[in-house]
Amino acid sequence: MRRSRRWRSALRHLVLVALAVVMALPLYLAAVVATHSAASVLRGVPLLPGGHLGTNLTTIFGRGVPDTPSLTTMLANSAIMAFSVALLKLALSIPAAYAVTFFRFPGRRIAFALVFVTLMLPIEVRFFPTYAVTAHLGLLDTRTGLVLPLVASATAVFLLRQSFRAFPLELADAARLDGIGPLRFLVHIVLPLTRPILAAIFVLEFIYGWNQYLWPLLVSSSARQATVVMGIREIIGAAQSFAVPQWNLVMAISLVALVPPVVVVVVMQRWFVRGLMSGIS
Amino acid sequence: MGASSLASASVAVPSATEPATEPAPRTARGGAPATRGLGRRRPTRGDVAFGHRLLPALLILPELVVVGIFFLWPSVQAISEAFQQTNAFGLGARFAGLANFGAALQSGYGQAVWVTAAFTALTTVVSMALGLFLATQVESTGRFRPVYRTVFIWTYAIPGAVAGALWLFLFEPGVGPGARLLSYLGVHWNFALSAPEAFGLVVALTVWQQTAYDFVFFSAGLQAIRADVLEAASLDGAGPFTRFWRVVMPLLGPTVVFVAVMDVLAALFGSFAVIDLLTQGGPGGSTTTLVYMIYRDGFQNGDVGLAGAETILLFVLAGILLAVQVRVLNRRAHYR
Amino acid sequence: MKDLRARPRTTVAAAAAGLSLLAVACGSSAAASASTAAPGAPRDARPASALAASSLAAPGSTEAGSTALAGTSPITRGASASETSGASSAPEDLTIWTAFSGTLGATFDHLVTAFNSSQHAYHVVAVYKGSYSQVLADTIAAFRAHAAPNIAQIFDAGTATIMDAKGTYVPVHELMARYHLPFSTADFIGGAASYYETAADQLDSLPFNSSTPVLYYNKAELAHAGIMAAPHTWTELAADAATLAAHGQRCSLTSSGAYVMWTDLEQYAVWNGYHYATEDNGYGGIKGVKLQIDSPPFISHLALLGNLARKGGYIWNGVATSTVPLFTKGTCAMYEQSSADLTTIEAAAKFPLGVAELPVVAGDKAAPQNTVVGGASLWTLAGAAPASYKGDALFLHYLMSPPAQAYWASHTGYVPVTNAAAALLNSEHFYKTHPSDLVAVEELTNKPPLPYTRGIRLGYLPEVREDEASAIAEVLSGKETAAHALAVAQAQGDTILRQFAAQYGG
Repeated sequence: MRRSRRWRSALRHLVLVALAVVMALPLYLAAVVATHSAASVLRGVPLLPGGHLGTNLTTIFGRGVPDTPSLTTMLANSAIMAFSVALLKLALSIPAAYAVTFFRFPGRRIAFALVFVTLMLPIEVRFFPTYAVTAHLGLLDTRTGLVLPLVASATAVFLLRQSFRAFPLELADAARLDGIGPLRFLVHIVLPLTRPILAAIFVLEFIYGWNQYLWPLLVSSSARQATVVMGIREIIGAAQSFAVPQWNLVMAISLVALVPPVVVVVVMQRWFVRGLMSGIS
Repeated sequence: MGASSLASASVAVPSATEPATEPAPRTARGGAPATRGLGRRRPTRGDVAFGHRLLPALLILPELVVVGIFFLWPSVQAISEAFQQTNAFGLGARFAGLANFGAALQSGYGQAVWVTAAFTALTTVVSMALGLFLATQVESTGRFRPVYRTVFIWTYAIPGAVAGALWLFLFEPGVGPGARLLSYLGVHWNFALSAPEAFGLVVALTVWQQTAYDFVFFSAGLQAIRADVLEAASLDGAGPFTRFWRVVMPLLGPTVVFVAVMDVLAALFGSFAVIDLLTQGGPGGSTTTLVYMIYRDGFQNGDVGLAGAETILLFVLAGILLAVQVRVLNRRAHYR
Repeated sequence: MKDLRARPRTTVAAAAAGLSLLAVACGSSAAASASTAAPGAPRDARPASALAASSLAAPGSTEAGSTALAGTSPITRGASASETSGASSAPEDLTIWTAFSGTLGATFDHLVTAFNSSQHAYHVVAVYKGSYSQVLADTIAAFRAHAAPNIAQIFDAGTATIMDAKGTYVPVHELMARYHLPFSTADFIGGAASYYETAADQLDSLPFNSSTPVLYYNKAELAHAGIMAAPHTWTELAADAATLAAHGQRCSLTSSGAYVMWTDLEQYAVWNGYHYATEDNGYGGIKGVKLQIDSPPFISHLALLGNLARKGGYIWNGVATSTVPLFTKGTCAMYEQSSADLTTIEAAAKFPLGVAELPVVAGDKAAPQNTVVGGASLWTLAGAAPASYKGDALFLHYLMSPPAQAYWASHTGYVPVTNAAAALLNSEHFYKTHPSDLVAVEELTNKPPLPYTRGIRLGYLPEVREDEASAIAEVLSGKETAAHALAVAQAQGDTILRQFAAQYGG
């Protein structure tokens, strides 16, 4: 019995390690390619790291791939977009969720319904008219035009509302009896107690913002506004136009581009899963 | 109400019924249907906390302004454009009745519906099965659990476009290591020409990322199932498989439904970057999903009326699909 | 502005020296892209660049130099017009959207810089927008959003889409007339004029970068198989392919990656004298136009390519994959590709390169007829500030001037679009020293065009091409017969043409 359990455990580890290797293989190969020269990549698939990592990094952060925006600029834009989306989303949805949960006011249900429809049409589906509206407001190729349409969805409101609804009634009553105003109640009692869900929303929105592809591609027409994720397509095109395709540079840039969201998720995984799943219990 | 089952199930329920993620990372997930959010009135504590009238309106105003300008206004515009015909530059507009809808149904919409359906079904089923398998196995690994968690979670955070770039290289017919491996195995790989290969590649890449997402939620769902429940079942003499199907799965039910909803939304709306990077919808429309078709017709081809009609059709399709899922969701509610 | 009119009368060499000293003073834009072994390093034997070094530090070149330097930096190349303003003496910004990147971008920036430094009223900012279809898509979206650039570079296939959208542009012949600049359709070489002219023989856009497909071949590999000349007919080519295969050269031919439907359907049609579509390929009107590609000449050609492909003798890997490396690395011995890629191919090929006319269909008495230009023309968009149009006119007029055209043609694989520029290059003996560049010109002017070999004037042609590319992919992968694939493509294409006619009120 004990032996069979040990065997089963060993087998389980074997299977899991094998699957982990399969999952990690694309990343590993990309990392390896990023350490080689373009010519050696063309000759054959390198399986072990080469000595060109330094050169490649210097190239992508220095001169870059011709006709593509500077990598530093793109990374900065991505970071600004990710933080703006996350923070703005929190700033908009906290008061909104608080309002629909803790108050009863005329038009509350209509307001709620309006917000609800946004779930049905993500920006991928309504990008064309959204582009027209953004242009109409003169916001094409601006940070505002990049960020605001991405924030126009109500998922965070729903998450927060769910969390707020589970709030002990006694606390609110006590607060009211003590003469604590609704805003103070929000800031000093509700928000500190819902920290996990706030963190979870921040993580989700950060990744959402960082990983945006289609919208920045449409709305950011100048290289100054380019983000690294939207830049990938152009970088691949430029790298392929070389007589020797510069796949090593594409892989290096890809790795740099995926590090921030991956690090955020890995580092904050426990926090944000708990925030999402037990925000209420 | 059995206290223990309520305790364990309710952990997963709330997020299962409410849209738990913002447009999840990588792509925009629209968000799950809010089954209890709308329509069903349940007096909650929060409802009665404060009696102000102006303050809540002020609090919700910013959100409404943003949603109004960047969501409602464009949506209304899309609807009006769907009934107009103009040239590519938007001049010479005239009312077109249902002509755009007719053109939409003619211009490969049917194929795109099938591609989308097959893509959605495949990616959802495979990622869920893999994710659940990984989650159950990892749960039983004791002290190695955190290590495995980290190992299986990360692909989920990779931007779709970047994942597309990695895979584009891996499977590039000329240089890619994946392509070379396949040709070593005797497969003459060229996803730029072969429809099944292109479709398979896009599905595989999506599964690669989606499995991680599903794994995270299944893991959390499994953890929420209290050990004493499992122990009790074990004492009753249930074997591991019986235990899994009779005890674990029902308790995991809401999580399963939630994950399914999120996967479907991811497949419906979120596959854009991957497709644009890898196949641009080709060859022969074999990877043209509805969202990609709207992009191509509206933006690449400048046929805004057609794209508007296609958007409305997609909206209707998504609405029907989500309504069906909501019903399934409600039926699941008896687990509580 | 004062120099602008004077300069065209100088010789190429003098003008080019003037242009290139700017580049040298600012650390040559070409150098920036050449440093990574960019596609097509600058061709050294070109007359203009040879002179550049002699005139380094010219007085007054610093200011122009800094703008040129900025022009090569992607960040500022993308700068929008709103950026510079302020002092009333500041020049008015004109934005032009192009698909020129890499060496081409640098060469075009060169012309822009020369124009900017020749006058002080206008400052042209060239913005690289990505691929040709990206430029068209972005221009359409921007126009609809009232944020269009002053000038857009629209590729051949997009011509009808914009030309028939009256009100979106100011026809270039009207623009030139308005500012009393000499301009006539007859100024342009036949192939360029016929492709872009209206039913009234007027030009609505300025033909600019114009090329035509040619047959590149690897002399070493052909010689190795005992083949001493490029094939004249497709039958010969198929026979050569068999010979090459017998000598171990498996792949004998590849075509343009993104534009195989351009080389092997559109140009194939005009070069052999076949109808590509009814109504003289759309020149006769947009209503009821139908494709003619589901017909024996096209079916047999695609079947020939499909047969070659089955044995690995022909390779094409989809519109997203460049085929240049297949040829320059020696994988394929021959290459149907635009003459515009001549510089790229010359720079990358490590073997003796041959350039020949496209093969014709054996036994076709009409062939060879003529090829038509591919590439793009420049459109002045409506809705800009009234004052800016004079700048547009001056800039376009500069671009068509013989020195500018000669500079452009001699630094790229494009043909000179005006007769004057062609004459100028001839007088410089350019084609004597660069015979490869002559092939494209000879194809374009082989015979006066017939009504149906003027070009392809179909609305939403880019979409039609997509369906054609799908058909070609299916034939090459062995999934469909040529007849069936082309029948499907024609049906889909006809739907698109009907949609165009409906939207454009045809």
